[in-house]
Amino acid sequence: MKPFVNRLIGIAAGIAVACAATSTLAADITGAGATFPAPIYVKWAEDYKAKTGIGLNYQAIGSGGGIQQIKNKTVDFGASDKPLAPGELAAAGLTQFPTVIGGVVPVINVPGIKAGEMVLDGATLANICLGKVAFWDDASIKKLNPGLNLPHLAIATVHRADGSGTNFIFTNYLSKMSPQWGSQVGAATSVEWPSGVGAKGNEGVAGNVKQTVGALGYVEFAYAVQNNIAYVRMINHDGVAVAPTAAAFQAASAKTDWVHSADFYVVLTNQAGHDAWPIAGATFILVYKHPQDPARVKQVLSFYKWAYANGGPAAEKLTYVPLPQSTVDAIFKSWHDNIDAAAVP
Amino acid sequence: MVSTDLNENFAASGRDAALRRFTRGDSRFRLLTQLAAFLVVLIFVGIIITLFIGAEPAIKAFGWGFFTSSVWNPVTEKFGAFPLIYGTLVTSALAMIVAVPVGIGIAIFLTELCPRQLKRPIGIAVELLAGIPSIIYGIWGFFIFVPFFQTTIEPWLIGIFANIPILQDMFAGPPYGIGIFTAALILSIMILPFISAVTRDVFATVPPILKEAAYGLGCTTWEVMWRIVLPYSRGGVVGGAMLALGRALGETMAVTFVVGNAHHINMSLLAPGTTISATVANEFAEALGDLYIPALIYAGLILFIITFLVLAAAQLMLRSLDQRSGGGSK
Repeated sequence: MKPFVNRLIGIAAGIAVACAATSTLAADITGAGATFPAPIYVKWAEDYKAKTGIGLNYQAIGSGGGIQQIKNKTVDFGASDKPLAPGELAAAGLTQFPTVIGGVVPVINVPGIKAGEMVLDGATLANICLGKVAFWDDASIKKLNPGLNLPHLAIATVHRADGSGTNFIFTNYLSKMSPQWGSQVGAATSVEWPSGVGAKGNEGVAGNVKQTVGALGYVEFAYAVQNNIAYVRMINHDGVAVAPTAAAFQAASAKTDWVHSADFYVVLTNQAGHDAWPIAGATFILVYKHPQDPARVKQVLSFYKWAYANGGPAAEKLTYVPLPQSTVDAIFKSWHDNIDAAAVP
Repeated sequence: MVSTDLNENFAASGRDAALRRFTRGDSRFRLLTQLAAFLVVLIFVGIIITLFIGAEPAIKAFGWGFFTSSVWNPVTEKFGAFPLIYGTLVTSALAMIVAVPVGIGIAIFLTELCPRQLKRPIGIAVELLAGIPSIIYGIWGFFIFVPFFQTTIEPWLIGIFANIPILQDMFAGPPYGIGIFTAALILSIMILPFISAVTRDVFATVPPILKEAAYGLGCTTWEVMWRIVLPYSRGGVVGGAMLALGRALGETMAVTFVVGNAHHINMSLLAPGTTISATVANEFAEALGDLYIPALIYAGLILFIITFLVLAAAQLMLRSLDQRSGGGSK
């Protein structure tokens, strides 16, 4: 009965999208999917409409819903925080490209320890989340933080209770850093958490960490900044302890070989680079390679082409990280290589 | 006389027409009420069928094992609802243990002991409590109650039960502030007004003459309540409690905030857990894969069945109570 369930979701989301679509001009671009990039898409759409008169109607229904909607062809583009594997893209006739980069930041609530004072590495982080490291004065944490006065306090891990792209990026990183995490838990938008407390949304995790003494959680960069929670510095691929900054997220993308990776299927975790933040990820747009209505896809691509050129400051203001120029060039090349010429601006 | 004849003739034909009109109106009215009643049955059956269809892949894949398995792994698509069922039942049971005595106590105070000037303000306060949306309880619970609980109540509980067998396991572990116990307490506050409002109303239906007679015989207030008022209004009290239990079982928003949303079963009541409704609300939007959503719908079906069983049990209980007392109580 899988089709039934799919149809059910399809109908529900379809109605939502259709209702929203009819209320705006027919020429508007419609998209649906990930909630994480929704604020910047909406902001870009506002600026773009002021310039061109073409609006964008973006429904933040979640990555899963976005993938479902583009497959049902009820929207012009889908949006997902988790890149689709090349096989799945090919089967659906879709192609994907990244738009902005976001970083996932471990945040803590340990008395006396301020933002950026604590350093962790991937293996220790995985062991904490596995429940193997249970106290803040564990030898493995002490070794990384010889200067800190760590209390004998139980670590209360806080994770996302809902499925999310943030989860995918975080668990993907832990899987790369800890073979045990990889085999026991794995990487996905929702996983079976070995321990800890679940909270809904980034704001839920941020709130829980702030409330709970001894907590360790992970949130998108923007939430760490806005909520003023103590973040952790991470040891990256090159062995350097880096702080989560826009530059560090950009560095994670800079050395990535987007050009040669099929369909941009890259998760920006544990990337090489002296300044690279190790837990980063891009968010993606899905469109058809051979669209039934090339003109509409052309509008979608024109919108993002405009955003790559002009949307950087707006993105930075909302604590997203724009893609480096080399990546944008690779995206333009991929459009020409993969999508019908009639649909490429 | 002629005029009266005419009048009678006219009246006879007019009466016939009026009577026909009345019967037609009556039958229409009956039809409408019937439709309304059948609609309820139709919706009820429709919901069950939809739940069954939606849950079918999960029922096929997991069968009865769904009730006993504690695995909840979206990556391998293995799902078991035991922690969810456990959390739902334990939070509701604890909430009832706290709320029923307190709720009945409030009702007794309001009907029997309260000074006249206080009756209205307290009564209105209780009713207002019932009108607060559950999200408010959730936010209040999370931002005000949880920190207080974590820093004050939980360490104290862990301390006093530290060396008592069984109890030391029930109140163990690091104080998170959120968990099964916190969820149960928030629930008990939420369902309290239902119990006390309904109970107060049925207490008010007890004929004063019965109470006066009992007082006249020299009964204490306690004896009047325990032997006269409570037996007389038993049905209403149980009904109010069941209404409250129904709300506790299905409560979603407030519980999601404070229960911890962890798919684990822990001996300790202070440990985080989850309930069926909290899990469905949290995970439905981003559930990917062939079995994830069916598993959530299956869990919903189980909640439906639990609620149904609770109400059926309440009916049976009432019937046996009535029989034992010879149908004397309402």
